[in-house]
Amino acid sequence: MVQYSDARLDASFAALSDATRRGVLERLGRADASITDLAEAFHLTLTGMRKHVGVLEQADLVTTRKVGRVRTCTLGPRRLEDETAWIERQRRLWDERFDELERIVGERRRKEQIDGRTKRA
Amino acid sequence: MDARSAREATSTQERTTMDRTSERELVVTRTIDGPAHIVFEAWTDPELLRRWWVPKSVPITLLSCEMDVRVGGTYRLVFQVDPTTTMAFFGRYLEVSPPSRLVWTNEEGEDDAVVTTVTFDEDQGRTRLVVHDLYPSKDALDSAIASESTAGWVEMLDQLDELLLELRAGS
Repeated sequence: MVQYSDARLDASFAALSDATRRGVLERLGRADASITDLAEAFHLTLTGMRKHVGVLEQADLVTTRKVGRVRTCTLGPRRLEDETAWIERQRRLWDERFDELERIVGERRRKEQIDGRTKRA
Repeated sequence: MDARSAREATSTQERTTMDRTSERELVVTRTIDGPAHIVFEAWTDPELLRRWWVPKSVPITLLSCEMDVRVGGTYRLVFQVDPTTTMAFFGRYLEVSPPSRLVWTNEEGEDDAVVTTVTFDEDQGRTRLVVHDLYPSKDALDSAIASESTAGWVEMLDQLDELLLELRAGS
């Protein structure tokens, strides 16, 4: 199991060690794209882009499907792990935000109590 | 140990929860020490909101915060995300029921609006907050998650690249 995930990690890092491939992932994060779109966007030949996408596909970072003559690329199943990480990151963000909110609510509550006492006096 | 620190000690673990409750929904919960009318005020008064909305660990600045908090009223928050980029978040209030419920739309995305519902439920001086985001489709939520998680990876690796270049230049 450990070996399996190590192999997967190796494949991921190998795939991510190239700036063009990272650029492709970033772009696919915004929207699906065909190999032709990607080749144009990164000023590469179709063959060159196919190779890059092949490496990303091996690492499960990208999946492709062919419809007619067009091969469309999508972010791959590794997204699932990303989702858990993303939710945890967002949760921490909210947690920090709520700590500050709680501080401000405490401040207002004390002010309200003091104002209430002043009014009664 | 007084009552306050006892409460804090028992509640530090996972005080804030966040879950994807369905294909289209995200839910965040937290209990705030304070009455609902004050918590509600902190969500609806722009001067108060801007004091807590951006966590200190996040390197962005809230430049402006306009909120017309009534049904049909609009809001607009503008953030400075880096020295050359600003980002606006805007939408419309659908429901304003102080101090228990606030509903608004987030219309900055390319897709249909995300609808956020916040409920404020007071119990013995504390307020249970539930923030519920409803995305227009599964795809909309998937791509919101994917674009940000991928961006995180990419950013990290770009920084690693820079670091390696620096190390190489230094040796």
